[in-house]
Amino acid sequence: MNREKRIWGILFVLAGCFLLYRAMLTRDGMGKVYLKPAAAAVADAPPSYVRARPDDPQAALSLPRTLGIWFAAFLTLSIFSFLYKDNPFYRFAEAVMVGVSAAYLMVAGFWDGIVPKLLGRLAPAQMSWASPSLENQSPDWWGLVPLVMSAMLLARLLPRGGWIARWPLAFIVGTYAGIRLISFLDADFVSQIRNTIVPLVVMNQAGQLDLWGSVRNVLMIVGVLSSLAYFYFSLDHKGAYGVVARVGVWYLMITFGASFAFTVMGRIALFASRLEFLFDDWLWLIDPLGKRSDLL
Amino acid sequence: MGWLRRLDRRWIFLSMLLAVAIPQLTQARVPEKPTPLVMAVFDKIESLPDGSLVLISFDYGPSAQGELAPMATALMRHCCLKRHKLVLMTLWPDGKPLVERAINQVLVDEFADFGFKYGVDYVNLGYKPGKEVVIKTIANSFRTEFPTDDGDRKLDDLPLTADLTSLADMDLLVSISAGFPGLKEWVQYASSPLKIPLAVGATAVQAPQAYPYIPGQLLGILAAIKGAAEYEVALGEVYPKYSEPKMQDGVRRMAPQLWAHLLIIGLIVLGNIAAFSERFERPRP
Repeated sequence: MNREKRIWGILFVLAGCFLLYRAMLTRDGMGKVYLKPAAAAVADAPPSYVRARPDDPQAALSLPRTLGIWFAAFLTLSIFSFLYKDNPFYRFAEAVMVGVSAAYLMVAGFWDGIVPKLLGRLAPAQMSWASPSLENQSPDWWGLVPLVMSAMLLARLLPRGGWIARWPLAFIVGTYAGIRLISFLDADFVSQIRNTIVPLVVMNQAGQLDLWGSVRNVLMIVGVLSSLAYFYFSLDHKGAYGVVARVGVWYLMITFGASFAFTVMGRIALFASRLEFLFDDWLWLIDPLGKRSDLL
Repeated sequence: MGWLRRLDRRWIFLSMLLAVAIPQLTQARVPEKPTPLVMAVFDKIESLPDGSLVLISFDYGPSAQGELAPMATALMRHCCLKRHKLVLMTLWPDGKPLVERAINQVLVDEFADFGFKYGVDYVNLGYKPGKEVVIKTIANSFRTEFPTDDGDRKLDDLPLTADLTSLADMDLLVSISAGFPGLKEWVQYASSPLKIPLAVGATAVQAPQAYPYIPGQLLGILAAIKGAAEYEVALGEVYPKYSEPKMQDGVRRMAPQLWAHLLIIGLIVLGNIAAFSERFERPRP
C-alpha cells in the first residue's frame, strides 16, 4: 500500500467514525427528514407534504426522503472527488446524472408534449383516462399534419428515401427563421438602436445638470460607437480611426472581464449551495432556517 | 518563486473549500445595499395595486436552483404580501417540480394564514414544450397553449383565469431565467412587441445578456445571488419580518462569495507575480 492510499484510507475511516458518531451517538442524529401534511390547496389534488420540525406534533419521519438526502450527499461528494482525480465514484455519479436526466426529459416530453398535443388532439375520447379534460372533445384532424411530418423526419434513418426528411426539415427551418427574424429585428436591432438614442447632457426634473446621468450616457455612446468601429474592417485601424478602435477593444475587454467575474460568482453560488446542503440537510452542523435550532 | 509555479492545483481547490465553508459554518453575514436595478423591480411590485395579475415563469432547472431559488422565493413572498394574483409556469421540463416546491413552501406553508386559494389567488400552469413558441402563442391566446392548468383543470373553470385571454392581461411579467428559453425570449416575444413590463432574475452567466435591454425593454434585473440578496434586504426594510436571517437565503450566501472572491483576487495577483518573476529570472540572450 503506497503512502497516498494509506492517507486516504485513514481519512475515510475518520470520516466514517464521524458519521457514525453523529448519526448514532448524538441525541438528535443527522440527515433525517420530517414531513407534515400541507394544507390542501385544491380539493381534488393528491396530498402534498412540507418539511416540518422534528418536534412538530404532526411531523413524521420520511424514510424515502431521508434516504434521498443520504444518496444526494453521496452523489455530491462523489462529484467533488473529481477535483482530486478521476475515480469510480465520480464516474458512477456522472452516469446516474446523465441517465436520470435523459429519462426525465423523455417522460416529460411524452406526457407534456406527445399526449396533449398529438394523441389528445387525434383521439381525445381514448386519451381521456390520462387527461379527463379531453372528455366530450371532438378529434382535431389538423393533428395529422405534425404526425405525418414527424414520420417523414424519421425517413432519414431509412437506407433509401432519406430525401423525404428534407421536406419537414425545410418547413421547420423556414418557420423558425421567420419567427426569429421578426423578433430579432424588433427587440435586438430597432429597439437597441432606440435605447442608444439618449441625450448626452442630462438635466434632472429641477432643470439642473445631472452629472452622473450625463457621464453614463456619454460612456455608453462612446462604447457603442468605438466597439462598432473595431468590428469595421474595411478601413485600416490606423491613425485617429485606430485610436477609436483601440478604445473599442478596451470596452470589449472590460465587458469580457465583467462576464468572467459574473461567471465566477455564479459558480461559487452553486458551490456554496451544495456545501450548505451538506452542512445543513445532511450533517446538521448548521441550521440557518431554524428548522431544529433549539434541538441541537 | 519556483514553488508557486509548481504548486499543485489541488491546494487551490482546498483553499477554495475553506474560503466557502468557514463563513458558512460560522454563519457570517456581510451587509448588502439594494442597487437601482433591483429597486426598480421591487418598486414596481410594491407600486402595483393590490391584487394585480403577475405571471412568474420559472425558466430554470435544478442545476441553477442554488442561484435562482432565493430570488424566486423573495419575489413570491413580495407578491403574496401585496396579495397579487399569481400565474406560475415554466418553459423548462425540469422546472416543473421547482414550481410545485415554491408553491408548497411559500403559498401553502409560509402564507397559510393568508388563506390563499388555488384558482382564486394563484394558478400553476406547469410546463409546456415549445420553448419560445409558447411565449409567442400566449402573447395572443392563452387557451391555445394552456387550455388546462398543470392539474388538468380547465382555465375557464378557474375564477382567476376564466377571463384571461393573453399576456396583455398581465400587469407584470417575471422571468427567472437560467438560459434558453428564458429572459431573452421573454424580451423578444412578450415585452418588446406587447409593451408589457418585464422584470427578470438571471443567473450570473446570463445576466450580462440582459443589461442592454434596460431600461427600454426591461424594468430591472436581479443578477445572480447578489441580486437575490439585495432584493431580500429591500423586502426586509419595508416588511421587518423578512429582515430575519432565516428569511434571507441570498444574504446568507454572500459571505462565502466575499471570501471566495478575495481568494481569487489573491490568486490572480500571485499568478501574475509568478509570471513576472519567471520573466526576470530567465537568462537574457
